[in-house]
Amino acid sequence: MDKPSREQLAGFYTMMVRIRKVEEMLMEVFSRGEILGFLHVSIGQEAAPTAVCAHLTVNDCISTTHRGHGWAIAKGIDIRRAMAELFGKKEGFCLGRSGSMHLADSGIGIMGANGIVGGGIPIAAGAAFAAQYKKTNHVAVATFGEGATGEGVFHETMNFAAIRKLPLVFVCENNGWAEFSPRSIHMPVESVTSRALAYDIPAVSVSNNVLEIYEAAGEAIRRAREGKGPSLLEIRCDRWYGHYVGDAQKYRGKEKVEEAMAKDCIADFEAELIKGKVLKRKDFDRIQAEVSAEVEDAVNFARQCTYPDVSEMLEGLYV
Amino acid sequence: MKEIRYIFAIKEAMEEEMERDENVFLIGEDVGLAGGSFGASKGLYEKFGPERVIDTPISELGFTSLAAGAACRGLRPIVEIMFMDFVTCAMDSIVNQIAKMRYMFGNQYTVPVVVRTPEGGGLNAGPQHSQCLEAWFAHVPGLKVVMAATPYDVKGLLKASIRDDNPVIFVENKTLHAMKGVAAEAGEDVVLPLGKADVKLQGSDVTIVTASRMVHESLKAAEILKQEGISAEVVDLMTIQPWDRETVFASVAKTHRLVVAHEAVKQFGFGAEIAAAVAEEILDELDAPIVRVGAPFAPASYSLEKFYVPSADDVVSAVKSTLERTL
Repeated sequence: MDKPSREQLAGFYTMMVRIRKVEEMLMEVFSRGEILGFLHVSIGQEAAPTAVCAHLTVNDCISTTHRGHGWAIAKGIDIRRAMAELFGKKEGFCLGRSGSMHLADSGIGIMGANGIVGGGIPIAAGAAFAAQYKKTNHVAVATFGEGATGEGVFHETMNFAAIRKLPLVFVCENNGWAEFSPRSIHMPVESVTSRALAYDIPAVSVSNNVLEIYEAAGEAIRRAREGKGPSLLEIRCDRWYGHYVGDAQKYRGKEKVEEAMAKDCIADFEAELIKGKVLKRKDFDRIQAEVSAEVEDAVNFARQCTYPDVSEMLEGLYV
Repeated sequence: MKEIRYIFAIKEAMEEEMERDENVFLIGEDVGLAGGSFGASKGLYEKFGPERVIDTPISELGFTSLAAGAACRGLRPIVEIMFMDFVTCAMDSIVNQIAKMRYMFGNQYTVPVVVRTPEGGGLNAGPQHSQCLEAWFAHVPGLKVVMAATPYDVKGLLKASIRDDNPVIFVENKTLHAMKGVAAEAGEDVVLPLGKADVKLQGSDVTIVTASRMVHESLKAAEILKQEGISAEVVDLMTIQPWDRETVFASVAKTHRLVVAHEAVKQFGFGAEIAAAVAEEILDELDAPIVRVGAPFAPASYSLEKFYVPSADDVVSAVKSTLERTL
């Protein structure tokens, strides 16, 4: 596989910054009560969606989770309309019916974030099945956390995908936490790759480094496109914040949180970009300022949008 | 028109729809090589191949949600759940995913999945192979629920369900599989409307609202009642959700007495909804209390099944009890 070009590297950096700044903004507006419900952020995990989605086209599908903003953004969702959705407005992708937890964009293959842990995995497999059925070379990516691998449906989908050689990539962000429970409580194995062995699915585990993920994802997606069947990619990462915004994380302890926050895939990538003479500090500043303006604009757009009317409650339930 | 078995009418409906639309495919346990555990897909694997008749591992949740994902990408899956009892293994898929995908995602996706599943007693198969669970699904916004009583109806309703852009839970009945009756030929392409009831027998003294196997028990009951000079009207709902209020209300307005009969456990069955709606909307049309017929509030007993499953006699008793009473 070709190494990413300088433009691609700058693009990766911009995307990671965009994901982080959107989520930082979401935390801010959530704390002000401008958005409702539950908010689950993926800060610290920006590398995986950036690197994986860099290999995908609009015809490829992803299913995401309750912690899925990063994936939607990396897949190319319009952040103004995504923000409008999180604000519960009609102009949002789901007419204000989904909020954060079910964000979807059918136009670019986002099958929807899922509030049921593991629920999206077979749905992505269905998109992969449709791609195979229609004899295209499109692929699908199921994204989930290691907590989802405790669900039976993860195993059911692995089994079926392997039997039918579906063009599907299982991408597990192993951040060490299933909601409020550490890995030691919910997994007898350190790595989800062990689980793939049972289904004869090739699996690799990589660190939270955008370039390392990019290379491994490229191989898995190439395999899928060539009709060679599913693969599993595990990214070992850390969750900076709690299960949801507002989670005091008493189960985790301050030290562990600080330990997680000390590992920053964006800061690490900046160091690599400087070392490789790809971008300079002033480039980072410029990109960050541009992205901040973009996010600010999206929030202003969302604020100006309109709430659905109660008279629209029953609209569109049936075709 | 020709005379065929109900199970064969199901096969013909699927076959004709698969011929008509290449996006229609069948997925489930033993549907391919084995031709379906009740024989509903016999010959389809040979005709359409393993790409369109998909044998699965025993994993109802996985393959039902897979069908949902495929439907979002333009395919029209028919999912077979071997016994309705096993649908419990796929509840996340049907209730949280399939029923909500269209609405929750702001109408971006249509999810034309048909989940075909046989329910009911008749095989002495006991508590985990005899349940009638249609009311659960009728309670979930976003689903349609269809129940067919005859070979003609099952063929026309299944074709309609496959063509419908909404998810449909298509409930068959195991004792009906072997039933013979007339059905439309392939060239006739009869597609029956969903949401429309069928008055299977005209009458003037009492309305019996029913569906699936209990349509036949109700018709038998009507025959017995006729000997005693009682004229019963039998309304086959055919679609439980959305159900045909107009036809039911018109019949009740004519007879002024209502019995609702289903094979499912009486409490909280679809009969409760029909009874409640009639009481809410047209109570003044009733001359007597509404009476419901359904199975006792117990799991299906292996050895006591013949006493458990409601029969024509139960419908006769229910009709008499409403005729003896006044409001």
